[in-house]
Amino acid sequence: MDLFKLFNKGESSNSKDIAKERLQLLLIHDRANVSPQFLEMIKGEIMDVLTDYIEIDETGLEIKLTRTKRENDNSTIPALVANIPIKKMKENIR
Amino acid sequence: MGEVIVITSGKGGVGKTTTTANLGTGLALEGKSVVLLDADIGLRNLDVVMGLENRIVYDLVDVVEGICRIKQALIKDKRYPNLYLMPAAQTKDKNAVKPEQMLKLTKELAEEYDFVLVDCPAGIEQGFKNAIVGANRSIVVTTPEVSAVRDADRIIGLLEANGLRNPQLIINRVKIDMVRRGDMMNIDDMVDILAIDLLGVIPDDEYIVVSTNRGEPAISESKSLAGQAYKNIVKRILGENVPFMNLDTDEGFMAKLAKVFGFRKK
Ligand SMILES: Nc1ncnc2c1ncn2[C@@H]1O[C@H](COP(=O)(O)OP(=O)(O)O)[C@@H](O)[C@H]1O
Ligand SMILES: [Mg+2]
Repeated sequence: MDLFKLFNKGESSNSKDIAKERLQLLLIHDRANVSPQFLEMIKGEIMDVLTDYIEIDETGLEIKLTRTKRENDNSTIPALVANIPIKKMKENIR
Repeated sequence: MGEVIVITSGKGGVGKTTTTANLGTGLALEGKSVVLLDADIGLRNLDVVMGLENRIVYDLVDVVEGICRIKQALIKDKRYPNLYLMPAAQTKDKNAVKPEQMLKLTKELAEEYDFVLVDCPAGIEQGFKNAIVGANRSIVVTTPEVSAVRDADRIIGLLEANGLRNPQLIINRVKIDMVRRGDMMNIDDMVDILAIDLLGVIPDDEYIVVSTNRGEPAISESKSLAGQAYKNIVKRILGENVPFMNLDTDEGFMAKLAKVFGFRKK
């Protein structure tokens, strides 16, 4: 999966491609019944764990529910993708 | 035993009532006996689209409350053989009918008629539950827009959860020129997203407005593109294998569409 593409708004100029992409993401949320609060909660807990080791750019942190192709059989499965910009590694773990 | 087909969508204004009127008329033209059941209590429309609004005496709520018999509330459409309308109540609350009552009513109708088409209200509350309770088949109408498709997806989930396992999709108001420009989702996009069987595609057609003005369903007018598309759907409902247009490529889209709808290019 192309992470760069995922976190950048679609470059496509066809508005129908934008519509399709938005719908595909939207429906994963709808179908899985995942609330924004749930994602916020996950985000908070991931940060808690990571900040022990890494200094994170909190404003740039993004977490998304999307879908991806499973490697062994190429079927589409939901995926939780986090984009976590690192400021620096903490001294104590070196 | 006849079939009870619910026509639903989630979002309002996407063409449920138009579709119910046209498919019902089309089935009647094919020699079937049909009841159009308006389940949109408080916001009845099907009577107007069919041009039968002046003949209403009793309505659906009168029937379930035992004020009249089923036959008294059924309005016979004299233009077609064996087509009847059971109007919704206009002044009553949409909770005036309970699911058990609807189940009983649709069952009794299905014993006498080949098809009962239920025009479902928008939304997912009581009115939706009433409309689907007696159905053994379901049609989901959507337009190629993000909000309508999202609601359609929600409805498909609810239909499946309520035992209507195989909802079929009608995509309404497709604008061919917009699809060609890439500014409207095409059929493949939508089937891909919603992942249910496609029953048919209806083009956006001014004639729908004309026919609603007149109270005569577009399917009875051979010049109407939408009417032609509805005819194909009627045949599919009756088990005929009418081919779909191939939208793999936008190349020759007009020609393909024209062929499928039985039209010649301008
Ligand atoms: N294929 C179509 N082309 C043009 N107008 C349409 C088409 N289908 C529906 N409409 C119009 O859209 C409006 C809503 O349709 P309606 O059948 O009442 O929707 P619903 O029952 O889902 O609320 C009506 O004014 C109708 O005339
Ligand atoms: Mg309606």
